[in-house]
Amino acid sequence: MAARMATSHSTAPQRLRLVRHEPFEKVVERHGTTVLRVCRAVLAPPAAEDAWSETFLAAMQAYPTLRAGSNVEAWLVTIAHHKAIDQLRADARRAVPVADMPERPSGNGLLDSWESDLWAALKTLPRKQRECVIYHHVAGLPYAEVADVLGGTPDAARRAAADGISALRKTYLTSTRERDAEGATT
Amino acid sequence: MSTAPAISGSRDLVTALPEVDDETVRRLHARLGAAAAAAGILEVAYRTVDTPVGPLLLAATEQGLVRVAYALQDHDRVLEQLAATISPRVLRAPQRLDSAAREIEEYFARQRTAFDLPLDLRRSSGFRRSVLAYLPRIPYGTTASYTAVAAAAGNPKAVRAAGTACATNPLPLVVPCHRVVRSDGTLGGYGGGLEAKQILLMLEAER
Repeated sequence: MAARMATSHSTAPQRLRLVRHEPFEKVVERHGTTVLRVCRAVLAPPAAEDAWSETFLAAMQAYPTLRAGSNVEAWLVTIAHHKAIDQLRADARRAVPVADMPERPSGNGLLDSWESDLWAALKTLPRKQRECVIYHHVAGLPYAEVADVLGGTPDAARRAAADGISALRKTYLTSTRERDAEGATT
Repeated sequence: MSTAPAISGSRDLVTALPEVDDETVRRLHARLGAAAAAAGILEVAYRTVDTPVGPLLLAATEQGLVRVAYALQDHDRVLEQLAATISPRVLRAPQRLDSAAREIEEYFARQRTAFDLPLDLRRSSGFRRSVLAYLPRIPYGTTASYTAVAAAAGNPKAVRAAGTACATNPLPLVVPCHRVVRSDGTLGGYGGGLEAKQILLMLEAER
């Protein structure tokens, strides 16, 4: 009984504060996959994993000061985008330039599990298209927010995403159709 | 020509990806707690432990154990309260709670009669704090009345306040409010439910 009396102090303003600052654990649970995809839009798997961790550490650092009513997913995508670009620049300074994403060593199940036809197809897109496709179609950001993250206009983001999708339709569908055809003939 | 527009819309793109990500996200998520602790930004770490009185939520700040909660007290709600009152930088991170989990396990195995853990009691003050400070001095396997606790905490007339202090104890089990019962011998109340209180008292009596 006493417990009930004590907790009935939780007033409306306090309730609002609870809603505004839910435990950061919930943020990771809800947006972890989206952030990984954003990192993968820019980076190869091992670097993308580092960018994922850096994104959530930076977000956790800033989280208490995040304004009420902010779009948490757009905020995270922005941080992830910057972390991924930082990583890309650091890699470029460190390593010999390569034409394409580096090959990953095979035999590592975790890294290999990243491999899929669609990711392989995404990899062939110009970066801007790849980012627009992933941020809009996979992360679910409206084009206005994609433009905020990447710079440029919402229309440009929409066009880049549309170009990316039609390119994917060719490369991805061709490869899956070939594979399906092989499967059908055996 | 394109008879099978598998990714003509975003839906198919989205469904084509998830299976490769879940395991990776789980692995990265599990590592985040340690990284946040190393960066000094893990303000509240938590985990749950399974016990004979149900799953217990354990939460700790850098200073020490700050919350123990029964399932009956709604773990999600408790985590929201911690986010609101201490910091929203709350993560599931078992490492910081290793010794608390081990001591609780030993307690239920009857290998431990007192807890030796750093406690963070900064959210309790005044008379409530005095009551919480006194509770560990009630010997294992015995009980004290709310009246006796009020007196021992420095205010013999504040029997009701002593009851409130027990009822709002942020660290039940570890700070043994379950050893406080009514003067007439009945159990009184318990945040974890009377059944849990009974189980704890019986466990301690069996020794």
